[in-house]
Amino acid sequence: MADKIHSTKLQDSLERNTFGMLIMLMVLLSIAGLVEIVPLFYLKDTMEHNKHPEIMWQRKADMKMSDWKAGDGVRPYTALEQAGRDVYIREGCYLCHSQMIRPLRDEKERYGHYSLASESVYDHPFQWGSKRTGPDLARVGGKYSDDWHIRHLIAPRSLVPESVMPNYPWLQKNKIDGAQLAKNLRGLKAVGVAYTDADIAGAQAEVDGKTEMQGVVAYLQVLGTMVKFKDGVEYRE
Amino acid sequence: METTQVKYDFEVIKWFSVMAVVYLVVGTLVGVFIASQLAWPVLNFDIAELTFGRLRPLHTNAVIFAFGGCTLMATAFYTVQRTGSTNLWSNKLAWMTFWGWNLIIVLAVITLPLGITQSKEYAELEWPIDILIAVVWLMFSFNFMMTVAKRKTSHIYVSNWFFMGMMVMITYLHVVNSLAIPVSFFKSYSVFSGVQDAMIQWWWGHNAVGFYLTAGFLGIMYYFVPKQVGRPVYSYRMSVLHFWTLMFGYVWLGAHHLQYTALPDWTGSLGAAVSIAMIIPSWGGAMNGMMTLSGSWDKLRTDYVLRFMVVSLAFYAMSTFEGPVMSVKTVNALSHYTDWTVGHVHSGALGWVAMVSAGALYHMIMKLWNTEMYSAKLVNLHFWMATVGTVIYITALWVSGIMQGLMWRDYDEFGTLTYTFAESVAAMHPYYVMRTVGGLIFFSGAAVMLYNVVMTIRNAKPVNN
Repeated sequence: MADKIHSTKLQDSLERNTFGMLIMLMVLLSIAGLVEIVPLFYLKDTMEHNKHPEIMWQRKADMKMSDWKAGDGVRPYTALEQAGRDVYIREGCYLCHSQMIRPLRDEKERYGHYSLASESVYDHPFQWGSKRTGPDLARVGGKYSDDWHIRHLIAPRSLVPESVMPNYPWLQKNKIDGAQLAKNLRGLKAVGVAYTDADIAGAQAEVDGKTEMQGVVAYLQVLGTMVKFKDGVEYRE
Repeated sequence: METTQVKYDFEVIKWFSVMAVVYLVVGTLVGVFIASQLAWPVLNFDIAELTFGRLRPLHTNAVIFAFGGCTLMATAFYTVQRTGSTNLWSNKLAWMTFWGWNLIIVLAVITLPLGITQSKEYAELEWPIDILIAVVWLMFSFNFMMTVAKRKTSHIYVSNWFFMGMMVMITYLHVVNSLAIPVSFFKSYSVFSGVQDAMIQWWWGHNAVGFYLTAGFLGIMYYFVPKQVGRPVYSYRMSVLHFWTLMFGYVWLGAHHLQYTALPDWTGSLGAAVSIAMIIPSWGGAMNGMMTLSGSWDKLRTDYVLRFMVVSLAFYAMSTFEGPVMSVKTVNALSHYTDWTVGHVHSGALGWVAMVSAGALYHMIMKLWNTEMYSAKLVNLHFWMATVGTVIYITALWVSGIMQGLMWRDYDEFGTLTYTFAESVAAMHPYYVMRTVGGLIFFSGAAVMLYNVVMTIRNAKPVNN
């Protein structure tokens, strides 16, 4: 019985040979990843700024982060914003808020211009999210005042009665750890974020005495404000 | 067959099995709690460690890796020994796997509520734990494959193909998706950013479902369903065909999580096209399991454990039909970002994974302790609570998800958006309550199972083999 082949020769030999089966699986299982993921690193039209360079901030050597103005193009987060982003990740905000506007009519009206790949080029890790228990935040920057955000983060239902968001009162009390933040920026630089040595050197002073609340608000206020979109330009095919 | 009795290594499997049931109770309890928070946000208590954003990863990790992992390790070690008529390659390594895996779970329970996270869904644990996961996972896989290699049978049984596929793919996914640069012991940044990071995350995300929760549990199905029915698998050819198509095809699907996003269109469309084709291998598996019962359908009247397995296959068939439908762009435009996705995941996780696991665990516990379950009635009660709970849960989220999607895109007669976002949140309240009730029923069923298992073990006579 054991010698009878019930399928094909290849299948039969794989079923008898543990390492043959293993190698077959290793090859087969790697194909899709290679086809779908690897090209994203080198295909030019993955990133819109290859065709529209103005999407990125054209920073000159002597420019400081503070020389950037809204609409100048995508830049790394300032130390304060990055501190806020770390808090955003820590609190799991991405589990209920997406940061990815799709090119659909209602999303354009509700949230603004569709998101570009280039806009999250410095996002390690990405925060596109997968669920909107709360609204998308990709372009929340500038829509509300700082004061609104602070009150909303402390007690969301005091401003939006229907909200199911938790209160985050501790953000007011917690101070940002500047020394750790400088290390974080150095880590981000190592993975490709365009920080200058001066940006990193100034990080600790920039956040000195600031609270996590100030960080989160700074982060929220910059979201979606970096790129100035031109009417009639199709950034994505 | 064998003339001499093989001395199997069952002790470690007993421990994995019991821990699986414990983690099912814990994981679903956390799930019920965070579901309640969405219905009644006051339950966040203004305590950072108890907020939804920190506990949700704890819930997913507890059910997928603690409950699912212990179930997979128990059943894989059991199946590989029984189908190969041999004991484990290394019993010691299996014990190290047990303690290592449970250490990881303890570390997850500590770090996630503290907000120590990489923020990649289902891969939140920080880098030191990620390294530990890789080590323990490779110990598990290596031991398993060496046991396959030393089998006494000529052919490798189909369950073990699925387990092997899972082991290879999870290794790939975990290693690549977790690549990060540490900035402290508790914090790291992904080496990937933006669009590439998103694609890699969902390549991981969907295949954690596809290989961990599907291939692994199909391995379970292929051993435990025929065993429980007492008949061979319906079709060997179908299992060959569906195994290789599933292995090749599933890996492509991740891109369908990123339809209409800044991911290039070709990637999402490719993912969706393969997703639709995946109905064939998925239903191949479901049919193969179901048809194994042909001629023995009457057993469903008396065999409560078998009921779990059959209903799990029905849920599997349903959610593997729903999945491809949701991957189609036009449907995805509505369903993405809504509760529908959450409902879909739970029809797979509760209906398929948890049900087939319960069936396999009941079967295995009776064999391992060489006894009947303490109470067959309680098995039946668990079955009905699990089924009713799942149905309530997914129905609530179908309604809420589709309603959300429709409200967000609704226009009034002046051509402006009809609803504010806050109005859509308010509309979800009754469904969030309903889903909590469904989850609570499911959780209670799991608690009944734990009680039944504990009583069974306490009443079992010591076996000397």
